[in-house]
Amino acid sequence: MILSSYALGANTAYIYIRGEYSWIVFILEKAIAEAYAQGWLGKNIKGSGVDLDLYVNPGAGAYICGEETALIESLEGKRGNPRIKPPFPAVKGLWQCPTVVNNVETLAAVVPIVNDGGDEYAKIGVGKSTGTKLISAGGNINRPGVYEIELGLPMEEFIYSDEWCGGIKNGRRLKACVPGGSSVPILPHYLVTKTAAGENRLMSYESLADGGFVSGSMLGSGGFIVYDETQCIVRNTWNFTRFYRHESCGQCSPCREGTGWMEKVLWRLENGQGKISDIDLLVDVAKKIEGNTICPLGDAAAWPVASAVRHFREEFEWHVQNPQACLERNYGLVREPAEIQPH
Amino acid sequence: MPKVKIDGFEVEVPEGTTILNAARQIGGDIVPPAMCYYSTLKGSGGKCRTCLVKVTKGSERDPRPMPKLVASCQTPVMDGMEVANISSAEVLNARRGVVEFLLLNHPLDCPICDQAGECHLQDLSFEHGLANTRYEFERRTFEKIDIGPYIKLHMTRCILCYRCVYTAQQLTPERVHGVIGRGDHAEISTFIEKAIDNDFSGNVIDVCPVGALTDRTFRFKSRVWFLNPMDAHRDCEKCSGKAVVWMYGGEIFRVTARKDQYGEVRDFICNTCRFEQKSPGNWTIEGPRQIDRHSVIGQNHYDGDTLTVA
Repeated sequence: MILSSYALGANTAYIYIRGEYSWIVFILEKAIAEAYAQGWLGKNIKGSGVDLDLYVNPGAGAYICGEETALIESLEGKRGNPRIKPPFPAVKGLWQCPTVVNNVETLAAVVPIVNDGGDEYAKIGVGKSTGTKLISAGGNINRPGVYEIELGLPMEEFIYSDEWCGGIKNGRRLKACVPGGSSVPILPHYLVTKTAAGENRLMSYESLADGGFVSGSMLGSGGFIVYDETQCIVRNTWNFTRFYRHESCGQCSPCREGTGWMEKVLWRLENGQGKISDIDLLVDVAKKIEGNTICPLGDAAAWPVASAVRHFREEFEWHVQNPQACLERNYGLVREPAEIQPH
Repeated sequence: MPKVKIDGFEVEVPEGTTILNAARQIGGDIVPPAMCYYSTLKGSGGKCRTCLVKVTKGSERDPRPMPKLVASCQTPVMDGMEVANISSAEVLNARRGVVEFLLLNHPLDCPICDQAGECHLQDLSFEHGLANTRYEFERRTFEKIDIGPYIKLHMTRCILCYRCVYTAQQLTPERVHGVIGRGDHAEISTFIEKAIDNDFSGNVIDVCPVGALTDRTFRFKSRVWFLNPMDAHRDCEKCSGKAVVWMYGGEIFRVTARKDQYGEVRDFICNTCRFEQKSPGNWTIEGPRQIDRHSVIGQNHYDGDTLTVA
């Protein structure tokens, strides 16, 4: 952060921490106090003539405060509502001053870049996706955990290799995978290791996005979730939507009302009270939220729903047609379509 | 000065004007509806998403279209910008969606609502909404509460436009209400143990686009279209004293500020004028209020383009 602030010519920097991670605040405050004591922070750092003050600021616990302008509002002590852009934070941010908002993962990459040089760092990874990425792998895998991978690692290797996830738990088969956090489109088993074009899918920004939203997804935040054949996609989608309903700030109407609506419809489908028309209704509502909101939370709420219906429509229909069975067991693997639509 | 083309109509406006205000200078059907934007309140707008428009050409210098629909009340015009509002099916479709979202949790109790007849949500849903709803769940409801001696809050009807929050922030000495909670369970409420009680609090009733904030001195007294709105003024030491008195026979039923054709107030009035001066002797009546001929308040007594109620 000190290096980044030096590069930007910034004299004040803030570390914003979500309220749930309150114990980290104390660790950071200690570290900052040490840095001040050693002269790495404060006035005239190590005789360079550069000043920098660093503050730690906990939020009150809101997913929406990960959106940069909501984070800024929250830092200013206001309700964490995303601002309307433009102006972007780089023009008018915190206290109306130009502000750069970066993820801690981005700033962590500054150190190897400075130490080894940019060219050396760019050799890691593949294509435009250079460097490493922290992947927080969870779900039905043998070795869940946080892994730092070189971008460009084949997806198959990441899921099945003992070095990483170690394969699907209990010898079950892969059903689906969410490669980048709950907000990105879900991929069915036949699109996880291979793209629609038949190429190997790699853990990189480009390869995951291959096929657009029709047959691809996004690397997103690196929240990697694997589902085996016993998992219910409808229930999972409902769970995601419930989260977005809870975390929507309530400022703009499509997201505020739409997330609640989708959650209720999905709950009904999951509990065997759904109708066939509900499936198209979900797609329509998702489409009306997407792109029409102030911040990307609306998109994030709409994408998993739209993609789940796109790839797992059969399973949704099965829920409607078998209202009793869907309460007792899960659908299982989805059939691979005869021909995957190329993008 | 930048020139902008909206649905084919060209207009020249000062630098920094928003698309919505440029459209208002042209006037007519191409003006996007606005539920949360209020020109006299700083910071308002961008929330309801009814004013979404498509920018088909960014500017003369950078002719690329904007990737998403933009909120016209917040987007400044650029020279050579081309905007599609009612000429774009995408915009109309998105707007239909937004109206549906706004009505999801709205109780639709218009028959007993004091705002009926001058409600922006009624106009909006009449113009852009569907006749039926696809929502089959229970709507969120709240208890009605008195937030001060003159104002009733009916949160169930609220569409969370934040206008009353900005009004309290910018017009009154201290804001004691705000938005509490988030998502579809967010609500407008006063802070703990506080009541809205100051000389300009009544203006939140005028800015409310729906019937969420109503005048307790007028609740259930009469339907607005039975009353005759008259321009009137009085000498007031606190405000401009320019108001509209709503009369029936020789009696004043309620007093409101003067709203323009977009339902916006220029001269806010004080609580004394609004709530306490209901005797006709206190007012100098200027004459009948000009009302839009489409308004139900006119009940077909229009004369030319505007209506003169007598």
